Amino acid sequence: MSKYRLYRTAAAAAIVSVLAAAPLSAKTLVFCSEGSPENFYPGINTTGTSFDANSQIYGRIVDFERGTTNVVPGLAEKWDISADGTVYTFHLRHGVKWQSNANFKPTRDFNADDVLFAIDRQWKPDNPYFKVTSSNHSYFNDMGMPKLLKSVEKVDDYTVRFTLNRPEAPFLSDLAMEYAAIQSKEYADAMLKAGTPEKIDQEPVGTGPFMLVQYQKDAFIRYKAFPQFWGGKAKIDDLIFAITPDASVRWAKLQRGECHVMPYPNPADLPAMRKDPNITVLEQPGLNIGYLAYNTTKKPFTDVRVRKAINMAINKKAIIDAVFLSTGVAAINPIPPTMWSYNKSIKDDPYDPAAAKKLLAEAGYPNGFETDLWAMPVQRPYNPNARRIAELMQADLTKIGVKAEIKSYEWGEYRKRAQNGEHQMAQLGWTGDNGDPDNFLNTLLGCDSAKTNGSNIAKFCYKPFEDLVQKAKTVSDKAERTRLYEQAQVIFKEQAPWFTIAHSVQLKPVRKEVIDFKLSPFGRHTFYGVDIKQ
Amino acid sequence: MCGPGRRTTPPPLSFMLRFLLTRVSLIVPTFIGITLLVFVLVRLIPGDPIETMAGERGIDATLHERLRHEYGFDRPVIVQYGLYLQRLIHGDLGRSIVTHKPVIEEFASLFPATIELSVCAILFALCIGIPVGVLAAVRRNSIFDHGVMALTLTGYSMPIFWWGLLLILLFSVQLGWTPVSGHIAFIYFIEPKTGFLLIDTLLAGNTAAFWSAVGHLVLPAIVLGTVPLAVIARMTRSAMLEVLGEDYIRTARAKGLSNARVVAVHAFRNALIPIVTVIGLQVGVLFTGAILTETIFSWPGVGKWLIEGIGRRDYPVLQGGTLLIGAIIMTVNLLVDLTYGLINPRIRHTR
Repeated sequence: MSKYRLYRTAAAAAIVSVLAAAPLSAKTLVFCSEGSPENFYPGINTTGTSFDANSQIYGRIVDFERGTTNVVPGLAEKWDISADGTVYTFHLRHGVKWQSNANFKPTRDFNADDVLFAIDRQWKPDNPYFKVTSSNHSYFNDMGMPKLLKSVEKVDDYTVRFTLNRPEAPFLSDLAMEYAAIQSKEYADAMLKAGTPEKIDQEPVGTGPFMLVQYQKDAFIRYKAFPQFWGGKAKIDDLIFAITPDASVRWAKLQRGECHVMPYPNPADLPAMRKDPNITVLEQPGLNIGYLAYNTTKKPFTDVRVRKAINMAINKKAIIDAVFLSTGVAAINPIPPTMWSYNKSIKDDPYDPAAAKKLLAEAGYPNGFETDLWAMPVQRPYNPNARRIAELMQADLTKIGVKAEIKSYEWGEYRKRAQNGEHQMAQLGWTGDNGDPDNFLNTLLGCDSAKTNGSNIAKFCYKPFEDLVQKAKTVSDKAERTRLYEQAQVIFKEQAPWFTIAHSVQLKPVRKEVIDFKLSPFGRHTFYGVDIKQ
Repeated sequence: MCGPGRRTTPPPLSFMLRFLLTRVSLIVPTFIGITLLVFVLVRLIPGDPIETMAGERGIDATLHERLRHEYGFDRPVIVQYGLYLQRLIHGDLGRSIVTHKPVIEEFASLFPATIELSVCAILFALCIGIPVGVLAAVRRNSIFDHGVMALTLTGYSMPIFWWGLLLILLFSVQLGWTPVSGHIAFIYFIEPKTGFLLIDTLLAGNTAAFWSAVGHLVLPAIVLGTVPLAVIARMTRSAMLEVLGEDYIRTARAKGLSNARVVAVHAFRNALIPIVTVIGLQVGVLFTGAILTETIFSWPGVGKWLIEGIGRRDYPVLQGGTLLIGAIIMTVNLLVDLTYGLINPRIRHTR
């Protein structure tokens, strides 16, 4: 019977294909990621989820050393900085290979043209790729590149010169960020010719340690180690992102060994995770800050004594214990303790309602006052429940006679109104981009961003502070910059534009068989250098 | 009314045609209604997509304006709706604001997984619900009947999210019988051909992968099928009870037919009409349930895609996705209506 024969053939084929499946010796690491990436072009992404997915594929001119915020050579072997700090000359690595895929086989190695393409694509509106996929190059704009860059030139195939309009000490850190990923100019040209330019962002080709094999939205991303990676082949052979949005399910998968590393555990599951002999829970305060900003341009918060009084009236420890549980540490300075230049000698304002009341009386408010207190409507990485925190604060403030009315708006609206300075007190927070203190102290507290629509929602513009922060921006000596930032933190505490709430702690349950996984201060997941026991 | 098949004359064409036309003419205004409703509702969610994308860092006003213009959000809503309809007529559902891929393409790549899950869930519900409902009706007021009624009520009221986690904890974590989540084990590398993994694995001739896919399907199908199962079982029971009390059943019994024949042929067949209606309506319930089930089990279907679309205010995805699902539900219900013609002798034997 032909049907029977067909069945037999199919069965035989099945056996053969099982035998022909990938050898079992291949080392596979599965990461239970929390969501699907938007696409594979970091230049227009803003979420950690997308960066995790695409930064495995690409290389950058310079990189962050794994597990730190230190800048190390990447596709550039070395660089020179001119004495005035405005000209950066990068010497590119020779013999760096491009990955290939079904659309594209590279004919040349990585060179200066690719660097120029990566910058021009985000910078020059007349670049044919400027609008491809999206013209919203968020990070390139946020890091101030359009204003900062004067020119980017190719000196020769392996030398690129960046000229800046002014000295900018964090510039190297800026180039180590994901948005500065280098894409292949040759691939881009080929796809443009084929009329499918968006393919380079969906079926990516990079110089990084892993190449994309298959992506199925909401299911998985499958990578393979790129054997010709310039830094040497990755220790694992296959890297798989199992997209698992629910934290409880991620934990179940980790227990079963269906994945090896998981981000963002439920705080409630942590005791069980710590008890499990197969799991190690790595933890580190993240590069973030959650705070309550006083609008320093609105009465009564124009008076530093009022701000100090409120700082002393709120019980920070109660907030950490009740809302953050074990996922947060009390914040003293506006920058997190893992960041260089963090000033350890600063003491936090004590919780002292009596002293607060006295100070308030000195400032002319013996019976307190009425104010608003804004709370974000959504959970953020640095603040699990702003509403609950606001309620705790409200109760504390009642004790010194301050009546605070809790207000909230839809999230986009909230941020917009806060940036316009419509609040008196508002909670907000920040997650660091490039690991440079400038990214907190200047971005969140500098005069420039105190203007309408800026990130400085305390509208804090204080000359002694501003001078230090601006000076630190132009000096390239790190020791000198550290000194300036340490001083700036002292002034911050004296002036108290914020009540610093907490730094949320990054918690990462990892299975025991994973070797040398390092927490990234940026909260990213880097798998080059990680190994796994069979 | 005796056994089926006697004196069967095909229904007159004009009747079927009129029936079809009435149904279709109802569908057109419903369809337009859905487009309008979705279009308006999506825009009533506070927050615009560009602001949502920006997060903490915000976006400067000129860039915001430029992007609004690029996406066409700066035009009056009525004009946007007009353009939307115009594109819709040409079969263009627009592109996702987030991934910039055509909505129809994303839907097509995710929909097979949803169908696979839904079909298995409804099969599970039918295979258990109908026999259980029939038995409960036949053994009315027995312990079995009361047990079924109590269990189905529990199943019907079970929150899907909690039920899913409970099953994962029991069968996957404690007993280790089923995988926790996902579509297939990662050691299998299957190129999508049809998008239906069960079919793709068989096409690839990889039986081990097929069984892995089946294993991954079991828990989500049970979770998604629980509510329809409860509804179908209860509906079958009450429909059967009603029919069993009819005169013609007594007549059939009086003729000396075996109990099994009476129940299976005379009673069940007539009880099917309300059951089929309920099954049709359950398709809508399935899609609602799929949204949660897919999220728990990391199932790559359209439910999860829509939830994400809401979070990101991805207007084209929400509009397109809801419209397509609406269209599918309407089509299924139309088909259900048409099957009445097959099973309901009163429609079949029009004089």
